[in-house]
Amino acid sequence: MTAPGGHQLVNLTIEGRPVSVPAGTSILEAAKTAGVLIPHYCYHPGLPVAGSCRMCLVHVEKSPKLMPSCATAVAEGQVVQVHEPRADEARKGVLEMLLINHPLDCPICDKSGECELQDFTYQEGPAHSRLRDPKRFNAAEDFGGDVLYVANRCILCTRCVRFMESVHQDAVLNVSERGDRAVIGRTEGGDLARPWAGNVVDVCPVGALLSKDFLNKARVWELDRAASICTGCSQGCNIMIETRDTSVVRLKPRPNPDVNAFFMCDHGRLDYRWMNRQDRCAAPATGAGESDWDSAVTAAADALEGRRAHIVASASLDNEVFWLLGRVAKKTGGTVAFAVPTGPEAPLPGARDLALRADRVANATGAGLLGAARKDDPFAGVGPGDALVIADLDPAGVPVSALEAAGAVVWLGTVHPGSLSKLNAALPVANVAECEGTLTNLRGRVQRHLQARPAPGMARPAWSALADILMALGEEAGYQTAEEAFAAMAAAVPAFTGMTYATIGLRGAVVASSAEGAP
Amino acid sequence: MGYPHKPHPRETPVISKHFGDPEARSLAGWKARGGYRALEQALAMPPAAVIDVVKNSGLRGRGGAGFPTGLKWSFMKQDDGKPHYLCCNADESEPGTFKDREIMRWTPHALVEGCAIGAYAIGAQRTYIYIRGEFTEPIRAMEAAVAEAYAAGLIGGNAMGTGKQVDIHVHKGAGAYICGEETALMNSIEGRRGNPRVKPPFPAVSGLFAQPTTINNVETLTAVPHILNNGAEWYKAMSLSNPKSTGTKLFSACGNIAKPGNYEVVMGFPFRDFLYDLCGGPLPGRKFKAVIPGGSSVPIQTMAEAEATLMDYEGFVAQGSMLGSGGAIVLDDAQSMPRMIARLTRFYAHESCAQCTQCREGTAWTTKILDRIVAGHGTFEDLDTLLSIADNMTGKTICVLSDSCATPVVSGIQKFRDEFEALIAGRRSSTVAMGGHAVARAGASA
Repeated sequence: MTAPGGHQLVNLTIEGRPVSVPAGTSILEAAKTAGVLIPHYCYHPGLPVAGSCRMCLVHVEKSPKLMPSCATAVAEGQVVQVHEPRADEARKGVLEMLLINHPLDCPICDKSGECELQDFTYQEGPAHSRLRDPKRFNAAEDFGGDVLYVANRCILCTRCVRFMESVHQDAVLNVSERGDRAVIGRTEGGDLARPWAGNVVDVCPVGALLSKDFLNKARVWELDRAASICTGCSQGCNIMIETRDTSVVRLKPRPNPDVNAFFMCDHGRLDYRWMNRQDRCAAPATGAGESDWDSAVTAAADALEGRRAHIVASASLDNEVFWLLGRVAKKTGGTVAFAVPTGPEAPLPGARDLALRADRVANATGAGLLGAARKDDPFAGVGPGDALVIADLDPAGVPVSALEAAGAVVWLGTVHPGSLSKLNAALPVANVAECEGTLTNLRGRVQRHLQARPAPGMARPAWSALADILMALGEEAGYQTAEEAFAAMAAAVPAFTGMTYATIGLRGAVVASSAEGAP
Repeated sequence: MGYPHKPHPRETPVISKHFGDPEARSLAGWKARGGYRALEQALAMPPAAVIDVVKNSGLRGRGGAGFPTGLKWSFMKQDDGKPHYLCCNADESEPGTFKDREIMRWTPHALVEGCAIGAYAIGAQRTYIYIRGEFTEPIRAMEAAVAEAYAAGLIGGNAMGTGKQVDIHVHKGAGAYICGEETALMNSIEGRRGNPRVKPPFPAVSGLFAQPTTINNVETLTAVPHILNNGAEWYKAMSLSNPKSTGTKLFSACGNIAKPGNYEVVMGFPFRDFLYDLCGGPLPGRKFKAVIPGGSSVPIQTMAEAEATLMDYEGFVAQGSMLGSGGAIVLDDAQSMPRMIARLTRFYAHESCAQCTQCREGTAWTTKILDRIVAGHGTFEDLDTLLSIADNMTGKTICVLSDSCATPVVSGIQKFRDEFEALIAGRRSSTVAMGGHAVARAGASA
C-alpha cells in the first residue's frame, strides 16, 4: 500500500490497535494516529530527535530491550505495547528520577496545570519519593528577552537548546556541566532577546522556562482560550488568545504546519495589551453627542448620502469588513484605501516560509483582493464632496487637514474618536479579540479568528455596523452573523468562491490564485 | 620512566615484547624489529583479503565489548562513494586500565601500522587516533611516530609508494570519561559536546562526520600487524580455553597487589595464577578480598569466583563478571567494599554526560545514598532502594555508563552485603569499615 505522498505504508499494532503509517514514522508518532499518547519529554514534533529523556520507552515484541519510541522507526508487523509491566516500571523509574531533585513547588509554579511532568506523574508516576537526601539547588536566572530560567525545575530535556540551535539557528543555549550538576547555560554574552526566542517557553514541558510577562499573572486552569490569528504582521500565525475573566493575559502559538509550525514570534506574542484598552469607544454617537445605534447608523447614512465615500481603513480589519467597506464605496462612487506600517523582517530560519514580516498588518492581502488600495498617504485628496470614513484607526493618526477638507466624517473605531474637529457619526466596533471573522495572510491563506472576550458597552463587530449602514443606504445586507456575511462575500468575490467557515476550518484555505479582486 | 618489570616466564609477550626498549620507539628501531612489513604486505592485498585474515584469526575487540574485529570491518561497504573513517579509541578512560598507555608509550609505530592496515582494509582515507588528554607522554610519542611515518612516506597520499591514501591524525581529548564511548568520541572529534549518540544509526552507516566509520581499540589495532606477519592460524592457536577467545591479551593489574603492572598472557590463562604468580599475590600480611577484573564497569568478583576464572571473554562471564578492558582492580581485606563502591559511583556521577534521566539522576542519587551509608547513617531500606535504582539504570539508556555505575552496586550488595549491613547496624569497629584507606596507603608506599 502507498500513502498519498508516495510513501510506502507500514502496518503495525500499538496497544492492540492496528495502524498504517508511512515508512520512517517513529513509533511515538504512529501511536498518536492510533489514539495512544506515549508519555515523553525530550521529543517534540518540531525539533530534532534527542532520544535522551528515556520516558517514551515501550515494549516492542521480539526486542530484548525496551525501545525509545521517539527514536525507533516503525517496522512491518511490529507489535508495540506501551502499558506493559516492564515499560510501565521503566517510565515510573524515569519519573521518580526526574522528581528527586525537582522542588515539587507546583503551588507557586506558573506551569502548574499545563505541566507534562505533573500530568505524567499523576498518570503513571510513583506516589511517594524514596529520596532521603538533600535535593540539588540551583538559583533561577534571567535568560534575557521574555524568559526566566528556573533551574531547579529543569529536567534537561534540551528542547530549548535544540530549538535555539536547529530552529532559531542562533545557538545561545547549551547544556553546561555534567551529571546532576548539569543546567541549561547560555553562551558567553548570549541571551534570549531574540525575535523568536520566546518559543522556548512553549516547548519547555515543565516550569523551568517561564514567560516573565505572564509571571504570576494567572493560574492556567482559570484561563479561557479562543483560537485566533495574530495581527502583528502579515504572516498570520495561528494563535490562542487566553483570557482570565475577560482580560487577555497571554497569547500562545497554535500549531499549523501550513503557516507557523508550532511557533510565534515575540513581537506578536507580547503585543496584546491593546486588546484590553480601557479607553474604548463603548457607545455610538452622532454629531450631537452619544446616541443609540439606530440614530448613529442613520447619521452615518445621511453623511454618505450624496457624497463619495473616501474610506481609510486599518489593514488588520477582516475580509468581511473590507468587502462591506468596498460595497459602501461602490454605492457612493468612492474608494477604500489603507496604509501599511512596516518594520524589519525577522525570519525563523529552521521553519518553512515563516517570518515576522515587514508588513505589520494582518490583512493587506485580503484588503487588496477586495478592492482596497494600498497607499502611503490614504488621506490624500479628500475634498468637500467626500464623506471621510475612518475605520479602526488611531485618532491621533488622522490629519486635521483631511478632516477639515471632508464634507462629512464617519468614525468606526475601537477607541474613542476624542476631539475630532468634525464628526457626523461615531460607531463603536469590536477589536479582533472580540469578534469572529477572517483574515487573509501574505500567501493568500484565509484564516478564521474566533471571539475571545466580549466587546465593551454597545460596541458591535464592524461588519454588523457596516451591514446596517448599507441597509440604510438601500442595499441588501441583512447578515445576522459573520458567517453569513462571509458566505455572501464568497458568493460575490471570485477569490473566495466556494469557501465557507466550515471548509476553512481552523487550518485556513488559500484563495483561488487566478481570482480577481473588487466586488 | 622505564617499564616496571621484565616479562614473567609465563607471559607471552607479543604486543608487549618491546615494552621498556627505548629504541623500539623510533622508526628505525621499529623497522629493525620487523615493523611495517605487515603494512607492506597488506597494501599488496585486496582489502577484503585483509579483512578475511583478521576474521580468521578470531581477533575480538580489546576495548571492552569483545566484538569480532574482522566482522566489524566487513560492515563497511566498499566502493559506496562515501568517505570512510577509522577511529582509534585511545581514550583509555576506564578506571583500572592502563594497557593502551604503555602500547603508545613504547611502541607507537605498532599502533600507526595497525591503524594504517585497518584504514586500508575498510577503505578509510582518514584515521583519527583519539587519545585521552591526560596521556601527555603517549600523545608526544604518537605525534612523533605519525610525523616519522609521514616523513618516510609510509603513510600519506602515497602510502609506501602504492598510490593509496592513508592519513592519520592524532586528536587529543579534553578529559571526559564518556569520550571513550564510541559515538561520544566521534562527537568530540567533530568539536561537539561529548555526548553518546542514539543508535541506530550505527557508526558503520553514519559515524564520524555522518560518514561510515569503524572504531577500534588501540590494543585491537596493534594486534593486527602481528596477525598479518604470523598468519591467522598462529593467532587462532593461542587459546587456552575457549576457541572463541584467541590470541594474547594485555591485562592491567592494580590495587592491593604486590606487583601491579601490565601482563600479556594467552587467552584462557588461569586468573588465579595471574594474581598470585605473575602479580605476586597480596601485599605482606594481607589477603585478597575481591577483584573487579575488567575495568571498573564490570561486576565485582569474590575471590572464589576470581580464582576459578579462566581469563577470556567467556571465562569471566562464567564466573559472574566480564573481561571488559582487562584492567583488574584487586582489593584486599583492609578495604571497605561500601566505601570503594561509593568512590566508584561518585566517579560515574561526575562523568555522566547528563543526557539520559536515569544516568544523570541515578548516578548522583546512588552516590548520595552510598556516602550516607559509609558515614554511618544508612538504613536497611537503603539497600533495597539502591538495588531498585540500579535496576532502573540498567539497559534503558543511550550508552552503558548508567549500567556501569549500577554494576558494582548490584554485585557489591549481592556479594558483600554483610559489610553494608555492618555499617548500617552501626558495627563500625573493624578496620574494614573505617581504617582500610589508611592501611592501604601504608602498604602501597612500603
